[in-house]
Amino acid sequence: MDGNVEDFVETARNKQALNMAEMTKVDCRHIDVFYDEKQAIYDISMEIQDRAVTAFIGPSGCGKSTFLRCINRMNDTIESASVKGQIIMDGADINDPSIDPVLLRSRVGMVFQKPNPFPKSIYDNIAYGPRIHGLAAGKSELDEIVESSLRKAGLWEEVKDRLAAPGTSLSGGQQQRLCIARAIAVSPEVILMDEPCSALDPIATARIEELIDELRERYCIVIVTHSMQQAARVSQRTAFFHLGKLVEYGDTERIFTNPEDSRTQDYITGRFG
Amino acid sequence: MSEHIVTAFTDELEHLSANLLRMGGLAESMITDASRAVTTFDLELAREVIKRDKAIDELEAEAEQAIIRLIALRHPMASDLRAVLGAMKLAGDIERIGDLCKNIAKRCLELTGDENRAAVKGIERMAKAVSHQLQIALDCYLRQDVDAAINVLDLDDDIDDHYMSLFRETLTYMMEDPRQIGSNTHLIFMAKNLERIGDHATNIAKAVYYMVTGEAATAENIQARQGTRES
Ligand SMILES: Nc1ncnc2c1ncn2[C@@H]1O[C@H](COP(=O)(O)OP(=O)(O)O)[C@@H](O)[C@H]1O
Ligand SMILES: [Mg+2]
Repeated sequence: MDGNVEDFVETARNKQALNMAEMTKVDCRHIDVFYDEKQAIYDISMEIQDRAVTAFIGPSGCGKSTFLRCINRMNDTIESASVKGQIIMDGADINDPSIDPVLLRSRVGMVFQKPNPFPKSIYDNIAYGPRIHGLAAGKSELDEIVESSLRKAGLWEEVKDRLAAPGTSLSGGQQQRLCIARAIAVSPEVILMDEPCSALDPIATARIEELIDELRERYCIVIVTHSMQQAARVSQRTAFFHLGKLVEYGDTERIFTNPEDSRTQDYITGRFG
Repeated sequence: MSEHIVTAFTDELEHLSANLLRMGGLAESMITDASRAVTTFDLELAREVIKRDKAIDELEAEAEQAIIRLIALRHPMASDLRAVLGAMKLAGDIERIGDLCKNIAKRCLELTGDENRAAVKGIERMAKAVSHQLQIALDCYLRQDVDAAINVLDLDDDIDDHYMSLFRETLTYMMEDPRQIGSNTHLIFMAKNLERIGDHATNIAKAVYYMVTGEAATAENIQARQGTRES
């Protein structure tokens, strides 16, 4: 009898663990994006998992960045862009008029292709977000946020003695980690990265990839990359985009060993550009 | 399938598979000649087969280098990745087939020439079946033909049966005439070698199955595949 109860509890626990691991963080439903008349995204639906890295791959111009920008409503800032469809995050549509896009962007951080530190000190680069969102009660709390963000971004040891130096004085790879620290500082749930390593050398790239791998324990991460090797290295799930459509989406391992769609196959084996 | 944008990549993959087919052809001829050396008691031919194993070893080393280069420089993905991994398996299996043929030829040098004729005939029959199996396996590699690969897997049972009956038969002769034990033991080991060659041909077919479908050639996968095709 006892054994049965234990089995039951164990099974329930495993199931829960499984569900936790596969929890959807962002549920995109029937997304279309237009730039004026021109359609850039065609009816894309996909569920993005929490605590995992999802990679977007595809030839340039296929709509990866456009789709990524839907997730934090960055397309709002582009005059000609209009987005249709729903993006459900934790049960609410992020495009709902009641959602404040500024607040949304603190929950959904973004890291860009070129590291873009503010022309301010390393300290202020990190402290800026928490300050405007009122996340720190005082100087010491702010200090703590700055330190823990820099630690999570693997940059603390390198910069702790020169927090007052301008962010722009850092190397390219350090600047990108600074931008990741800045994104982390406002306690986001989702981090979007658009080709975050394309301006970095292989060593700096490896450090960012290592960082991404650590961060995925805590965040839902989406990375756009033009390097398929990078997608293969850092992500658990991969989405292949082509001409504004989502062609194939699945476990990274499967996509890179045995893709279903011939277009995915051709792209990742270097048969069309 | 269309060509790679980097055409040198396509060339290298094609060169690799041509090399493997050459290796395979060599192995096939070694089976036939080793068996002929035994049945005709041709020791000269046996020595020739022993020498030929070197050529296979060299081709294998060459293929291995090409595979390392492809992985290091081209980062093959998806079907290309499977083609390269499959090539690596093929090279290993064919190299082993060469070794086993060499072993048959070496044992041939130990024969006296008055082994039981029925047992010798058995070796010949088995060698024919095995080289036929290898030939089909290489052919389905060339054509990337999954259905043919599945047929090769079925052939293996026949070869195992061949081996068992030859084993029992030879054992009976040995019991009838203990003077024959020495040289007939060589025949049994030759049969065992042929049976192993059959296993390597089966491995080749399994590698082809994986290359083409992306799935391991397990009984369930094969059954599921045949099921969906029939319905
Ligand atoms: N701000 C914009 N205004 C007009 N068209 C745009 C804009 N941004 C992107 N596009 C167009 O939308 C399509 C998708 O672009 P993008 O999302 O940048 O692709 P990717 O990130 O995959 O390279 C392209 O045809 C591009 O020209
Ligand atoms: Mg882009």
